[in-house]
Amino acid sequence: MADTVTSLHRSVHRRRAWFLRGARGAFSLPGLILVSSFVGFAALAKDAGVTVAQAVFMTGIVWALPSKVVFVGAILAGASLPAVALAVTLSAIRLMPMVMALVPEMRDERTPRWVLYVLSHCVAVTSWVLAMERLRRVPRAMRTTYYAGLGLTLIAVNMVVVAVVYALADSLPSAVSAALLMLTPMYFLTSLWGSARERAGHVAMILGLVLGPLFHLLLPEADLLAAGLIGGAVAYAWHRMRQNAAA
Amino acid sequence: MTYFSSDLWWWPFLFILLAGWLATDFWRFLGVALGGRMEEGSDLLVLVRAVATALVAAVIGNLIVFPGGALAVTPLALRIGAAALGFAAYLGSGRRMIVGIVTAEAILCLGLWLGF
Repeated sequence: MADTVTSLHRSVHRRRAWFLRGARGAFSLPGLILVSSFVGFAALAKDAGVTVAQAVFMTGIVWALPSKVVFVGAILAGASLPAVALAVTLSAIRLMPMVMALVPEMRDERTPRWVLYVLSHCVAVTSWVLAMERLRRVPRAMRTTYYAGLGLTLIAVNMVVVAVVYALADSLPSAVSAALLMLTPMYFLTSLWGSARERAGHVAMILGLVLGPLFHLLLPEADLLAAGLIGGAVAYAWHRMRQNAAA
Repeated sequence: MTYFSSDLWWWPFLFILLAGWLATDFWRFLGVALGGRMEEGSDLLVLVRAVATALVAAVIGNLIVFPGGALAVTPLALRIGAAALGFAAYLGSGRRMIVGIVTAEAILCLGLWLGF
């Protein structure tokens, strides 16, 4: 009996240690860059007329920054609920292959399914990049614990960041606000290029950059959808043509 | 049925749950359910990723060309120039994000300071 208690005690200790190690992973350069782009997002959301409670709630419940930026962009354009939902759904497709790649890294044969479902909520570009890089050095049985520490800390820190920026944003000089609003596009411009798996991703990105503003003028109600579908399809066709040429 | 169309306090939160939470966690949960059954390099995934990438890129383009708030009063040429040079610096530095971001911000601030 005493033995079981001691070993239980030890295992709780071990879990706590790995959770904290994961949490520490949030305080890294990618984590810092993410915080700076959440500063930009908070400025964007405030500017759009979203309240602080709504912005903090959105940060925790949606989490993926590209989807949140699409969400704010769409509500700003006055889109209806189904149109916003469709645009956000399309922007979030990328989460599925990311989760699919992360799950085999993270679980062992005893990991309950619900743990994976809960932890999948933490998946977004930054936590995913950090996890794919660091999980290899974590003992397999501790990987879900490590990722919980990392993912939950990133979410919590950025919820606080959003609230703080809301409190400060009004008192900032306009040049600082302009610089903050520039952070989000620059973060995505660089991270999106870096995360592309194949050349087609780069083609899709360049097309999207041009088609977005173009369709904003031509087709303001459905600019994101049109740019995403057309840009993605053209990039995919280019990918197939290149494959056929190589074969 | 837009985000700002109702005075009810809970409407924006419901809107966020339906158009934000469901729309994102649906894919995450599906990722767990499929758990690696789909082949990594499969053509369908290439198409899926290309559409998602173009969509996010369209958002970036709009944020630079048609921004809101304090960024809206800055000249378009300065924003595009800052983003382009920042991106060039990112590529030139061996894809270091921090270099690209700092370069773009420095050029934007310099431009504003010089009174563009």
